[in-house]
This record gives sequence, structure tokens and C-alpha cells, in this order.
Amino acid sequence: MLTSSSDALVRFENVQKSYDGEILVIKDLNLNIQKGEFLTMLGPSGSGKTTCLMMLAGFEPATHGEIYLDGIPINRVPPHKRGIGMVFQNYALFPHMTIGENLSFPLEVRKMGKSQREEKVKKALDMVQLGDFAERRPSQLSGGQQQRVAVARALVFDPEVVLMDEPLGALDKNLREQMQYEIKHIHERLGVTVLYVTHDQSEALTMSNRVAVFDNGIIQQLAPPDVLYEQPENAFVADFIGDNNCLVGIVTSESETSCVIRTEDNSEIKANKINIAGVGSQSTLSIRPERVIVNPEAGQVPNIFQAKAEELIYLGDHIRTRMNVCGNNNFFIKIPNSSHHANLNKGDTVTIGWNEQDCRALDAFT
Amino acid sequence: MAQDNTATLKTADGTLLKLSLERSLRRRKRNALLLVAPLFLFILITFLLPIFDMLIRSVDNKITAEILPTTVPLLAKWDARSGKLPDELVFKAFITDAQIASKAKTINRLGKRLNYEKSGTSSLFRKTGRKLKKFKANKLTGTYQEALLKIDKKWGKIATWQMIQRESGRYTSSYFLSAIDMKKGIDGAEWKDEDSQIYINLFKRTLWLSFLITLLTILLGYPIAYLLASLKTKTSNLLMILVLLPFWTSLLVRTSSWIALLQKEGIINDVLVSIGIISDNARLSMIHNQTGTIIAMTHILLPFMILPLFSVMKTIDPSYIRAARSMGATSFTAFRRIYFPNTVAGIGAGGILVFILSIGYYITPALVGGTQGTLISNFIAYHISESLNWGLAASLGTLLLLLVLALYILYDKIVGIDNMKLG
Repeated sequence: MLTSSSDALVRFENVQKSYDGEILVIKDLNLNIQKGEFLTMLGPSGSGKTTCLMMLAGFEPATHGEIYLDGIPINRVPPHKRGIGMVFQNYALFPHMTIGENLSFPLEVRKMGKSQREEKVKKALDMVQLGDFAERRPSQLSGGQQQRVAVARALVFDPEVVLMDEPLGALDKNLREQMQYEIKHIHERLGVTVLYVTHDQSEALTMSNRVAVFDNGIIQQLAPPDVLYEQPENAFVADFIGDNNCLVGIVTSESETSCVIRTEDNSEIKANKINIAGVGSQSTLSIRPERVIVNPEAGQVPNIFQAKAEELIYLGDHIRTRMNVCGNNNFFIKIPNSSHHANLNKGDTVTIGWNEQDCRALDAFT
Repeated sequence: MAQDNTATLKTADGTLLKLSLERSLRRRKRNALLLVAPLFLFILITFLLPIFDMLIRSVDNKITAEILPTTVPLLAKWDARSGKLPDELVFKAFITDAQIASKAKTINRLGKRLNYEKSGTSSLFRKTGRKLKKFKANKLTGTYQEALLKIDKKWGKIATWQMIQRESGRYTSSYFLSAIDMKKGIDGAEWKDEDSQIYINLFKRTLWLSFLITLLTILLGYPIAYLLASLKTKTSNLLMILVLLPFWTSLLVRTSSWIALLQKEGIINDVLVSIGIISDNARLSMIHNQTGTIIAMTHILLPFMILPLFSVMKTIDPSYIRAARSMGATSFTAFRRIYFPNTVAGIGAGGILVFILSIGYYITPALVGGTQGTLISNFIAYHISESLNWGLAASLGTLLLLLVLALYILYDKIVGIDNMKLG
């Protein structure tokens, strides 16, 4: 764990949540969020990430455990007293109010004076480059503009924590990327703590300080984006984040840092020992496509196999090639489209190989 | 400049673009018209024409000139303010006309018509008609005036002739005047006697009760609609059936069951007496008065309030409330500032629906209203089927129509019709 629990701004402690008394949506959540951090909860739908957000915002009670904000337990604090800003996927801008009135609302309920209110609203709108839109109605704005207003509204009352529930889900790809940078910059400028929920991994990797990968009500791994990609701790994370090749086999021997896995077709692969249950157990190997070397020289890498090119997909900067190797015909490699790249045709057989370091032996993937 | 261009734009073969476009759309327009035509004709024949006919009937007065064809032009020359009876020519013409009408059996109709202006006129005409059957002009000894006065002294009163002269025009305003408790005097319109004024009060009562019923349906329907909109679809569908159940029962059955519940010997009074809240001789009268009308109509019109409210509430995203709460609003503030304003369209739609329905409601007030709980439509029905004064019924109906239109325009000015959502 990178942080100690004492200086965390938000702390989940043994939190469990069930809606129907039969299934635990959140199994046992322990999570510390540092002040000023941008933490993303990433996971497939139904993994419990939005439930966490709702519990922190106060719209869902925790079935068990305690949530602390600034060291104070908040399970019994109603939502409006938590002082947490929130951005919703559908923006949730009040349709009967102008943009200015929407932004002014949180300040009005805080009984702020008119002049101060106007000043803050103007500042917040300028921050999202919508200074001239105060008089418009939400329906007169485009999706991207509405999303900006929603962000400005969640920040206008200077909350310590801002929750964002898939805020970019309804935008098209270009706009989404642009908004990712904008939100990231706003976060950097204001130093506000952001808890962000998404199922889009590139969004999570682009924006976050740390990413919590959720599955099945459990945080599978909590790490900065680069660590998450390069050092996944289990098969789910390896498969969920980025392109990944899986090879399944039985552990035949292990040493301190490495092990040998035998696949179904009796290929023996030397791998980096990360998360295996011991000799005789099943293991999933994770190899990133870009770490596979085509036509390696003998002895260059410990793992060298014959592979047959099954399919070639031209993607401009690289050629994505599906290969049959070690009994797995769903093994992808990336051949860069450089001037001296390997000239491969469908049906060709080539040798490929990889380093022991780049091949991580993980738990059996269910 | 740009407009000049569009006016002269041409297609490839040189015809005007607008003309060509119109031609290409003509077929589509014709098809649309054909699709609408059956319903349009149906509405024209069964709705618009009867309404138009009703509007005409409320001012129509050709009966006097029809039955007294020679008298009417002569009487028109008479100066009603002279203080003298019309001259002999008028009397002669009247006797001639009345004799013909008496034989054709139409004179009683005129008497009935003029009886609306002054009671007693009907019997005067019947009597005159009967006696004139035996009248022979060649056996006349005195003047025609004397002959008529011998039949009834009322023919010697100036007021009788004034009244006939006043009501001899093609159109009359007397129905409308009596619909607002006025009558024609010698110097134009004047109020009727206090004790015979009923319609103004009836209009006031109708408006007041309709307003009260609308208010009650809002108060009772709003929480129900909110519950239905916030429940899961499965549960809300079940509850919706309960809301719609009254629609599936006959109106008559529903109203009668209220009678069984509310009457003096009814279930509610029995229960209250048996548990000792009221004594047996102080049973509440909850039916055949305004209370009965209010209770029964509120119940019957409630679905018309709940349905538009429900459909509007259904479209309000629950994240609005969550957003408001996260921004620091208490649940009451979130309701007042965010939820409620978004339901105004539903309140408006339901309100105008219930109000307009209750303003013209007939069967329920007729059954449970007694004398104090009847509404204007009950009097319209009375004049159509009992007193047969269709002119008055038509003018009351016209006034009701104008009232509804005025309220509709007022609503449009205040709330805006575009904001109304029926579903």
C-alpha cells in the first residue's frame, strides 16, 4: 500500500454492501484516497464501482463497515451535509433553470450572498470556457457543453471531494478525449480530490494518479497506471488492462523468481513468477503483444517457439497478427510497420520468442 | 437578394423550383387529407355543426314574425313610449293572424315562447286562440280592439304589446339576458328581481366547486402519482390498476355506491354512530348537498389528475434529486426547488383536464347533488328535457363554452399551453 491510513481524506474500512440480502455487491472494501488524488475505479459493469460512489455520496447505506471523510465517520451523515460534489453520466442539469441558476443553486442553499454567488458562478463558468452561457438553458447546449457545466457545478461550491460517475460515457470519441484532458487539467489546477468511475480503461490510464480495478465486488489491484499495465498482479487485471495474450498451463517447477509452465501441447515456458499457487497448480501466463520478438536470434531469449500466422490485420502504424503458438490460436503480436519489418503472409510459419521477465505467471483465470 | 434568388430558381427543364416542389408534394398532401377526411367529417357532423346550431338557437327568434306575419310590421310603427295602445289596424291584423294560427294550432307555440318573457302569456294566448275560433269578422259590432279586450283584459295593457313588439325581431338577446339573470325592460336590459336570480349564482357555484374539486384532486393525486412514479415498474403497474379501476366500472355504479356509503342511513353514518362518535339523531348529511357532489366528483375525476402527473413524474430523472442533495440541498429544498417545478406541467395538464371536466359534469351532481350541489349543466339538461326552453339551454351552454375558452386562454397566458404534458 502506497499510503498510510491516517492521512487519507476518504477511507473505506471493511465496507460491504448488499441490495437483496443474498448477494454481496461489495465484498470487503478497504480503500484510502489521498487528498488531491485522482483515483479511478475501473471495472466491467456490475462490478460494484458505482455502488462505492453512491455509498460515499450518501445515496446508498453501507450494509457493513464504515466510511470516513477527513477522519470522521459519515455513515449517518445525510448526503447534503457531506459536502461532496458529484458529476452524473446524464449530467443531471436542472432543465427548468438557466446555466447560471444551475451553478448558483449549491451556493444559494449555502445561503451565500448574491454578489459573492455571481462572482463564483462566473469564475466556474470561465474555468470551463463557457463564460457567455449563463443565460442559456441546458437544452440549448451540446452534450460536451452540458458536461462541462456539470463539472463546473460540482466544483463551484469548493467541495473537498468530487465524484464522477462515468461522466464522459455519453460523448463521442473525439469529444471524450478532449474532455479527459480538460478534467485532468482542472484537477491539476484546483488540487481537488477526484474519485472517478469508468469502464473505459484508456480513460482511467490517461487521467488517474491511481486506478482501482474492480471485479466481482473486490478491488483486484490498486496501482498507478504504468504499474497496472506493466505489472498486473492477477490474470483479470492483465486481461482487462490493455492488449494481452493468455497461455494456460501447469506449473512444473519453480525457483525464487521464476517458474516453468507446461502448456497443453507440452511446450515448456519459462516465466516470471508473480502469483502462482505452487508446483502442480494451474497458472495463466500474460504476455503483452508488443513484447513478443519475431525471428529472435538463437539464445537471445529463453522462450522460442514456432508460430503460424493465422490472420493479418492492417492497422496503419502496425500489423496486428493472430498466431497459433503453444496450442493457442488466439495469440496476437504487433509487427511495427517500419521499413525493415518482417514480411509475413497468412499461413507462414516463423519463430517468435519472449523474455522470461515479460512473461508473468499469474493465478488460474476463471 | 437571397430571396430574389429563391424566387427565380429553376429545375433542369426550366420550370420554377417552387412550382415543381409543390407538384411533387401535392400527392402527399392529398393522401394526408384523405386519411384525415373521415374523422374530420365525423367531427363536423356530430360536433361542430351541433355546436353551431346551438349557438344560433340561443339567439334565434323567427317564431314571432312567422306566426304574426301581418301584425309584426304594423306593430313596428307603433311608438311604445306614447302611453297609448296600438291603433285599430294592429288589433285587426293581430286578430286575423291569431285566427289563422289558431286553426293551424301554432298559436300556443308563440304563447309558450313569449311566456319566457312574462309568465301568464302562455295562458293568455291559449285562451285567445280558443275564443277566436268562433270569431266572425262580419258579425263584429264594435272595434277589433273591443273584441280582443272582451276576450282578455290583458290585451288592453300597454306592457303586453310592448313585449310582443320587443320580441318580434329575427334575433333576440333575451335568452342570453335571462342566462345571466337579466331581462329586457323598456329602457334596455335590467336585473331580474333578487329572488328569481339563479344563474349567476349557479355559474359562481359551478366555478367554485370545480376549483375545489381540482384542488382536492391535486392534493390527493400528487402523492399517489409520486409513489407510482418512484416504485419499481412491476409494483407500480399493479397499483396503476387500482387507480384505473374506477374507469372500468360504470359511472352510475360508482355514483350509486357513494350514495350507499354517504347517506343518512348509510355505512359511514352507521359506523360513526356505532362507535359513538356521533349520536343517532345527529347523523351527518353528506349526500344530496354540496359535500356529496365534492366527494363523489373528486373520486371520479382523480384518475384524470393522477395519469398526467404520473407520466410527467416518470420522466424526471432521479439523478436530479441526487444532484441537488449532493450540492447541499435538504430533501425538502430539493423537492421544492427541483422536483416540484418539473412537475408543474403535469399539474397544469391534470388541473385543466379536471377543471374543464367538472365544469360541465352532469350525471354525478344530478344524482348526489340535491338542490345545493347541482351545477350549471344540470340546469341546461333541465331546460332541454323538462322545460323545453331550448333557447335558454343553448345560451347557458354557449356561456359555459365561452367560460371554458376564456379560462383556457388565461391558462395559456399564465402557464403556457406548450408546457402542458398529457403523457
